[in-house]
Order: sequence, then C-alpha cells, then structure tokens
Amino acid sequence: MSLLHPGTVGHFHGGLKLERHKRESCDRPIGTCPLADELTLPLQQHIGEPAEPLVRVGDQVRKGQMIARASDYVSAPVHAPTSGTVTRIEALMVPHPSGLSAPCIVIEPDGEDRWIDELPVVNDYRSLDPSALRNRIREAGIVGLGGAGFPSYIKLNPGRAGQIDTLILNAAECEPWITCDDRLIRERAGRIVAGAEIMIHALQARQCVIGIEDEMHEAIAALRQAVEGTGIEVIPVPTRYPAGGEKQLIQVLTGLEVPVNGLPLDIGITCHNVGTAAAIADAVHEGRPLISRIVTVTGQVGEPRNLDTLIGTPVRTLIEHCGGYAGTPGRLIMGGPMMGFTLRNDTVPVIKTTNCLLVMDPPARHETPMPCIRCGECATVCPARLLPQQLYWYAHAKNFDRIQDYDLFECIECGCCAHVCPSHIPLVQYYRYAKTEIWNMEREKERADLARERHEFRLERLEREKREREERMRKKKEALSKSNKGKDDPKKAAIEAALKRVREKQARAAQGSDKENDA
Amino acid sequence: MSGVFIQESSPHLMPGNSVERMMRHVLYALVPGYLVCVVIFGWGVIINAVIATVTALGCEALMLYWRKRPVGRFLSDHSAVVTALLLAICLPPLAPWWLTVLATGFAIVVAKHLYGGLGYNPFNPAMIGYVVAIISFPREMTLWVMPLAEQPLSLLQSLQYQLGGSLPAGLSIDAITAATPLDAIKQALGRSLTIHELGGQRVFGLFGGNGWEWISLAFLAGGVWLLITRTIRWQIPVAMLGGMALMALLFQFIDADQYPSPLFHLFTGGTMLGAFFIATDPVTASTTPRGRIIYGAGIGIITWIIRTWGGYPDGVAFSVLLMNMAVPTIDYYTRPRVYGEKGRGE
Ligand code: SF4
Ligand code: SF4
Repeated sequence: MSLLHPGTVGHFHGGLKLERHKRESCDRPIGTCPLADELTLPLQQHIGEPAEPLVRVGDQVRKGQMIARASDYVSAPVHAPTSGTVTRIEALMVPHPSGLSAPCIVIEPDGEDRWIDELPVVNDYRSLDPSALRNRIREAGIVGLGGAGFPSYIKLNPGRAGQIDTLILNAAECEPWITCDDRLIRERAGRIVAGAEIMIHALQARQCVIGIEDEMHEAIAALRQAVEGTGIEVIPVPTRYPAGGEKQLIQVLTGLEVPVNGLPLDIGITCHNVGTAAAIADAVHEGRPLISRIVTVTGQVGEPRNLDTLIGTPVRTLIEHCGGYAGTPGRLIMGGPMMGFTLRNDTVPVIKTTNCLLVMDPPARHETPMPCIRCGECATVCPARLLPQQLYWYAHAKNFDRIQDYDLFECIECGCCAHVCPSHIPLVQYYRYAKTEIWNMEREKERADLARERHEFRLERLEREKREREERMRKKKEALSKSNKGKDDPKKAAIEAALKRVREKQARAAQGSDKENDA
Repeated sequence: MSGVFIQESSPHLMPGNSVERMMRHVLYALVPGYLVCVVIFGWGVIINAVIATVTALGCEALMLYWRKRPVGRFLSDHSAVVTALLLAICLPPLAPWWLTVLATGFAIVVAKHLYGGLGYNPFNPAMIGYVVAIISFPREMTLWVMPLAEQPLSLLQSLQYQLGGSLPAGLSIDAITAATPLDAIKQALGRSLTIHELGGQRVFGLFGGNGWEWISLAFLAGGVWLLITRTIRWQIPVAMLGGMALMALLFQFIDADQYPSPLFHLFTGGTMLGAFFIATDPVTASTTPRGRIIYGAGIGIITWIIRTWGGYPDGVAFSVLLMNMAVPTIDYYTRPRVYGEKGRGE
C-alpha cells in the first residue's frame, strides 16, 4: 500500500494565510545561550506522569546524569543539563498556561560542565532490537519537541509488527514567528536525517517523508541534500496555518484523515517533529540525553534569534542574551502567537517543549466581545471542520452534552476561528473551559464510582473478616482441646502463638487502613 | 523589564475583522444601488433613507438603554443603519413619513430587540418591517413612482408630499405613479394578456424590468464587491439567483407567453438586493456551507412562486422570512463532516 501519490499534495479544510514574521529571527545563525546561575527543572515537562527525583538537596550532579526517573509508562526522565549542586527540590513557578507551581529540581551550576563518566553510546543501532532502541530513547528523556511533549518512545512503538507504514517528520513550522526548526534544518539537517533513520529502524517503517512548508526554501534545499541516498522523501506542502498540525499534515501528505477518537497509528502513520529526530540521533549516536534545545527568541527584543539553550535556563537569561526587551513589551508568550500561552513573568525556565519566546505589544484596547452574528466565518476556517459557533453557543449555555455532540474534543485549539471572528469572541477560551469542565465532571464521576466500589468492597471485607474471626475461634477451641491432648509439643505451641500474634497484628493493621479509607 | 506581563488566552494576534467593519462594507456596497434609485425614482428615495436611519438609530439607542446594554458600543456597529437602509430601499419612493417610521420602528424594536438584539433575532428585521407595512397598508405600499419620470418632483415637492401629503397644484398622484413591472405583469396576465402583448407598456426595459434593470445591476455590482471583500460568501446569492432562474427557465420552456424569462426575474424587483444584501444577513441565514445553498435556493424558488402564483407582486420578503424559519432545521441536517469522521457527507 502506498499512501502517497507522487508529485501531488493534498490540502486541508480552512486554515489561514498569516503574516509569517520568520525573517526577524531566522536570518541569524543559532547562538548559544550562556550558562545561567540557576537551572530549574520541572519534574513534569511532558504529557503523562511527573518524573520521580533520584537526587537529594545537596547532591553533586554531573552533566547528563539522570536526576529524576520516569515514574510510569507515560512519563519521561529528567537529566542534569550541567554539573553542579542540587540546591532545592520544591514547588516553583513553571511555564504552564495555568500559571501554577509544580515540583522542580534546582541545580546551581559549578561552571565546569563535567559530563558523566560513561555516555551510553549505541555503536550499531541496526544490530539492536527495536525495543532496546526505544528503551535507549526513553532513558534519554526524549519527548516531542514540537510542542505537546508526548514521550517519544511510545510513539515509536509500532504496536504489532508492520503496523506502521509511514513515518512522517514534521518540519512544517506553521506558526508565525517561530523558526527553531527552520534554523535547525539549515544547520543540522544531517542530524535530523540520522535521527530519522534510527526511527525508521525502531518502527520498522516502510517509508519516511518529511513534510515542510514550501516557503522554507533554504531548509528544503538543506534537507534535500541530506536525504540523498537514504530513500527519505522531502515534500513541500503549501504554506498555510496550521499546515504543521499533526492531523492536517497527515491529510496534506497522504490524503488520509486520522479517525475521530483515533490515532495516526490507526492508519499506519506516526508523526514526529524534526527537532525530536535530531535529539534521538544525539541520544543514540552520542549517548547524549535531552538536556538542551533550540529556542526562538523573537518579537520585541533587541536581536531576535535562535539560541541553543540548556533546559532549565530562566527565560530572562535568553531575553537578555538577545539584547533585552525592546519597544513596548506587554506580553511574553511561550510558543507562537496562535497557540502559545502568556507567561506572567520571565523567571520561569525553558523546558523541553519550549520552542519559542515571543515578546509582543500589549493587546490593543480590550473591548467586550459582541454577540455572535452567526456569520460562519469560524466554520469556514476551522481545519477540523467543526462548527465553532455552535460549540461556542453550547459552551456559553454550559450545555456540555450537546457540545460533545458537536465534537468539541476534535478541536485542536488552533485559534483560527477566534482570529477571524468579527465579534471578537475568545472562542478558544470557551472551548478550553468546556473541556476542563467535562474532564472535571468525568473525574468526579470516576471518583464517585470508585468510592461506591470501595464501599461495597469494604462491606464484603467486613463480612469476610467476621467469618474468619468465627473460624479462628472455632479453631482455637479445637486447638485448645487438642493441646490438652498433646501438651508435649512445645514447638507447635510456639508457632501457634507466633501465628496468633501475626494475625492480631494484621487485624489491627486492617482496621487502621480501614480508617484511612474511610477518611 | 521583568515585571508582570499581561495574561490572555490564545490566539494572540489581532483579529482583522469586526462587526463594525462588515456592516460598514455593506453600507458602502449599497451606495451604487441607492444612487441609481435616486436617479430613477427621485428624491423620495433619499428622504425615506433619512427618515428610516433616524428612526432606527433612535429606537436602537432607546432599546439598548432600556435593555442595559452599552449603547455607544452597540450603536457604533452600524447594524441599525444597515437595517434602516435595507428597509427604506424597499419602500415606495413617495411613502408617507409615518409609514417609514412605523416599519423601521417595528423592525428595530420588535423584530430585533424583543428577540434579544443583534445576533439573536431569528427573522430578518428589515423584512419584518416591510411585511408589516405591506400587510397593514397595501395601498400606500404599492404606489410606486413612475421610473424616469419626465418631470420628476423636486426635493422640496417630495418633502411636502411625504411629510404633508400635498402635491403641487395641478398634479395628481396617478400622474406620477405607475405599477411596477411585476405588478403590471400580474395584472396583465390576470386580464389574460400575453407577455408579448405587454411589450409596448413600458414594463420591460432592455433585459429586465423597465428602470429596475439598472437598479438591479447596481446592486449586483455592490454585491460582487461584497463577495470580493469576503464580507459575504457566494453560496446564498448564487443559490438564490440560480434557484429563481431555474424555475423561470423551466416554466418559460413550458409557456413563454405566460411566464417571463429568467433574465427578467433576475433583473427586476428586489431580486439582486435580496440575493446579495438581504438573504445574506448572517444572523438570520443558515451558517453551514451546504445549508446556505439550500437556504438561498429556497428563497429563490419561493420568490418565483409568490411572484407567479401568489397574492403579492414581489415575494423576496416573504420567502426570506419563510426560509428564516427553516434555518435551525437546515443547519442541523447540514452539519459538515468533522475531520476524521466517516458517514455524513462533506
Ligand atoms: S465567527 Fe464569531 S460571529 Fe461569526 S459565527 Fe463564528 S463565533 Fe459567530
Ligand atoms: S480552535 Fe478548534 S474550533 Fe477553532 S478553528 Fe481551531 S479546531 Fe476549529
């Protein structure tokens, strides 16, 4: 089965032609961000469970040392980006739309940047079993660098053999202002292709294509040169936001749609960001875990550019290295102008998923939104082909059943609808609100179900305990009558006594935990 | 600067469009049609427009104040002016002032605000105003000025008639009014004349209704500009014109003596105005792409039916209101197929 019709690229519904603002940061080569006085490493920089700390305050760590391990299947370890001392492990402000605090490990660098003694280099990955290869990638703490931060090794698991036909590398950096992938491709296309080959092996994929926006000319040329002789194909796609959305890119490249409530895996595709590919090459060929990434610093700053930055570096350090704030900075955005989120201040750290820091003007006069005039513009541009006005209507009315009939959860929060809405309704905000409410309701329900189950379980246990007690009494009586007969066996009696003590202890413990459960 | 930055939800780009801008575009697009109307029917057109606009703004402000809405913010969206001008152009050019005030007031107060104001009204307010007027005052509503009269009334004479009801000495109302082409056809066919026999009666112009064809062309031009600026989308106008033309073509085929040509239907009465300016009112129209085609085609077909067999000469207003009623159903059954969903067609 070939998914691709050579020479033709499809299109996706809706989308926007946006001013790109790429040149600002893309004309300068990637710089290196200086070492900050303190690196703050949140335990959760990915989708899934937070990592578990492996170090304590006061510990000395080396560069590349794992300082927190994956706590679950969907989780990722964290490594020390440089050598130094762990000074704090506590809840600190992290870059997250909620603006909340979360547990972090803080490292004070010693300035020596000493690596761990032995890097787990894989000499010949082709001889390695794909699952061992995936494990290496997992141990290196690699998550999707395109934004969402899903642990990469999971997406490199093809399920049953031969299920993955096509590996798609996403180089369509469709949001305005962001250029970290563009610069990365221009300067390190070889790393990306090396990563792609590792991923092909891990997935046992049949083919690999790189989707890239057709206006990224230099990057396309660099990639074309790098893929020569590898069988990997570079396919330019029309520049249109959000061409780099996973589902949109898949549709453009293959003409296939990821089923509702499904995964790309279901149609034999898996999609990774080019930055992730480069990180995988580093992890496998050099044994280097994910401890740095390229971040675009742009907008109202002195010298917009891309910086190779250690994870954990405070945002302020990057801005200062790019000539500080310029003009009238009013908004500090992590990510792009369409899907990024505003930061309250610049002390939060860069994390694995930070692709861009964008400084923008204060927003123009905040006026109250007008009512929806049902113009349908939002539906015209919605790449998920939803009816945003209906979603808004039901979110507004808190009708969370109906809103799911209108496929709220297929919304990718691309912001196209809000951007064209003549009434300036913050549509995406309503969708996020509705999603959160529905999640909360479901969690509530789950908790209630669990509580009920637990209650039933407890009744059952009490019943069982009662039965056991009676049984014990009976046995005791029997034993008593027996021991009257066989007093000559002290060993047995000792065992009996010990068992009794243990049983009593267990009963007490059970009662104790019972109380806990009831609490 | 490391202080506290402004918090807001994405997207962070300034939206390029606004309700005010859309309404302003509609107003610009009305200019050519209005100008041609003035040339053909005289000053009365302007007088109607002024009376309607003043009434609409007054009613809008009062209703906003009464409903405790930000008066300034909503008044500046121009939607009341658009309603006023769309309604005024449908009224006879020499309509008495009270008729205009009544129709406009009803449109704004009842059809718009009592239903919840901008965005919530299920029926097109201008068309409600028009229908109320034509049902209550059928005589006044059918007194149309003769197109391109040889001695048109001056501004002052028009004012005197519309405000005071008096005509210059020696002039009777019959001398300056004439049946509209659609009226004429209705009456003629009622007297079993054929379309051809009507030829000499200054009913037909070059290709449409006499005089009306130029007005229609001007509205068409404004409408095309609205399409180009993406203020409106193509589905509704194209479907409405298509639906009407198809009906006319079909019946012309059956009997050319009884049924006027598609071209005549398209270029007379309120067809062009309806297709580009009235049926496209976003609030009351269908919002899905396929729904808009059904909605537009419905209006075109019903208009033709009313013109042909109904009791009123033109049917745009009634068909718009009828289709308004069908919008929730149309929207429900024409939901687009969501990305990744099988089944429902696109
Ligand atoms: S773009 Fe805004 S005003 Fe238009 S239908 Fe969508 S939500 Fe309503
Ligand atoms: S944010 Fe959601 S509803 Fe709006 S355009 Fe994007 S996918 Fe559609």
